[in-house]
Amino acid sequence: MSCTNQRTAYGNTLVELGEKDDRIVVLDADLGGSTMGKMFEEKFPKRHFEMGIAEANMTSVAAGLAQTGKIPFTNSFAVFSGGRAFDQIRQTIAIGKLNVKICGSSSGMSDFGDGATHQCIEDMAIFRALPNMTVLCPADANETAEAVKAMARMKGPCYIRLNRNDYPNVTEEGKPFQIGVPAVLKEGNEIAVFATGYMVGLALEAAGELEKEVSVKVINISTIKPMDEERVKELVKDCRGIVTAEEHNVKGGMGSAVAEVLRKECKPIEFVGVQDTFGSSAHKYQEVLNYYGLTKEEISRAIREINELTKERSSRK
Amino acid sequence: MEHGKEFIKNLERMGQRLRRDVILSIGTGVAGHLGGSCSSADLVAALYFYKMKHDPQNPQSEDRDRFLLSKGHVAILQYAALAESGYFPVEDLKHTKEIGFYLQGHPDFLKTPGIEAGTGSLGQGLSIGLGMALGMKLDEKERKVYVLCGDGEIAEGQIWEAAMAASAYKADNLVAIVDQNHLQANGRIKERMDSGSISAKFLSFGWHVIEINGHDMKEIIRALDEADTIKGAPTVIIAETVKGKGISFAENVVKFHNGMLNEEMYRQALEELI
Repeated sequence: MSCTNQRTAYGNTLVELGEKDDRIVVLDADLGGSTMGKMFEEKFPKRHFEMGIAEANMTSVAAGLAQTGKIPFTNSFAVFSGGRAFDQIRQTIAIGKLNVKICGSSSGMSDFGDGATHQCIEDMAIFRALPNMTVLCPADANETAEAVKAMARMKGPCYIRLNRNDYPNVTEEGKPFQIGVPAVLKEGNEIAVFATGYMVGLALEAAGELEKEVSVKVINISTIKPMDEERVKELVKDCRGIVTAEEHNVKGGMGSAVAEVLRKECKPIEFVGVQDTFGSSAHKYQEVLNYYGLTKEEISRAIREINELTKERSSRK
Repeated sequence: MEHGKEFIKNLERMGQRLRRDVILSIGTGVAGHLGGSCSSADLVAALYFYKMKHDPQNPQSEDRDRFLLSKGHVAILQYAALAESGYFPVEDLKHTKEIGFYLQGHPDFLKTPGIEAGTGSLGQGLSIGLGMALGMKLDEKERKVYVLCGDGEIAEGQIWEAAMAASAYKADNLVAIVDQNHLQANGRIKERMDSGSISAKFLSFGWHVIEINGHDMKEIIRALDEADTIKGAPTVIIAETVKGKGISFAENVVKFHNGMLNEEMYRQALEELI
């Protein structure tokens, strides 16, 4: 069934997985109505654990469940999933490579109304710094459904960050998700744009609008870790420069991860994302995105900047 | 169930033997958590050599009881119990904490057979144990999960999150044991962060509470057996103990929380732990 909301896709998929595999268990911390853990709870009440407003306990309980052969998914807002339970995740789940799946819902700026306390701009940085951790950031609802199935299939700890709001799908429905494999959504040979999550759709729009000016390749990078280093290097081979776009702090997120991989490629990179600042409340998602420069206009500006810079350099040669 | 004198005596000897193993594995000139190991030794001996169903030849046996050392800093005590049970050679204990070795400073699930999950960041073991207890209930397994906590450790708020949740889920297959030795790393608990009445706290969360002398093997056994009979609520055994028990110069002395022994202390400790 097609939907345009990552949370709903997540809830649907948990139910689908739960029907096939009774090892799937789901834990919520009083936010099941928002994370869509409630869909699983309604269908499989015995395999859903409401842990109350106690994320640390929820996370360690999930670790224990994993050690009895269950496949636990823990749900909360992204700020709490990683923020309140970081030590629990690090000490037992990541060090022990336990089979716990952690969902960071309402990530990025997507919880627009609640403001800085609830807008999570650092989760990819936090999770990516943990050895043994897989970090996923699907582009849309379609990809979320497949990514959640891939999480359940893989063995070991995995974090997935999801957006709160409805927006159009940019990836194909039902296309199997392969962890670690970036997808080229639009070919191009001058500037490569790596985008993740909500920003993928904006990157495609920006690239389309600039078509006559510059040839832009758009890559959906929905696995932040592990990153296929050889593939990422290969993808930028024919391009002069790189732009990254993420709904996350530019310090430590996907852009940083791509820059680490491309550190010896000697190609300029511009990071579109939250510029090391906390968020703010707004009445609409679009307002907060505009305010922090998470827009197709900002991606276009970055593409043009890198294009001009690299054109000058190549003409000087 | 009544047990013969010789049976009790043997368990007491095992408690003392574990303390001896701890001293042998710490050796001299390197710090080790001997204080809290010695306070917990009789409790751990009773679990591994009386109460728990476990199989050193098959540590992942489906039909086992589980033990979590929430006060993970006394890993050397658990290693001693595992070695004496036959999980790995006793001779290996003295290599604990050597770089790259399978016996780490804190319990490591991936490296050491018999470890159920990584612990040592305090306050988390009870929650992990609850998760195991819930998983075992889903599978309709009759086995139990035992979690050993320190009385300093329970200052961590997560302990009380777990206490609330275990009661809400009627986890009667979960048994917490609080080693109440009254000292923590930097001083007397009463002078650091007074935990007040531990039993009143657990009672108010809906637990079945048993208070015992944690060095009286008969009381330990009786409490562990009593926990088997409790339905619909988790059990906590609050064990009054002496930190550094069995080593005269270390008993009730804060600095032996993570203490270093010189040659003379080492010899004396081994002489006393017979």
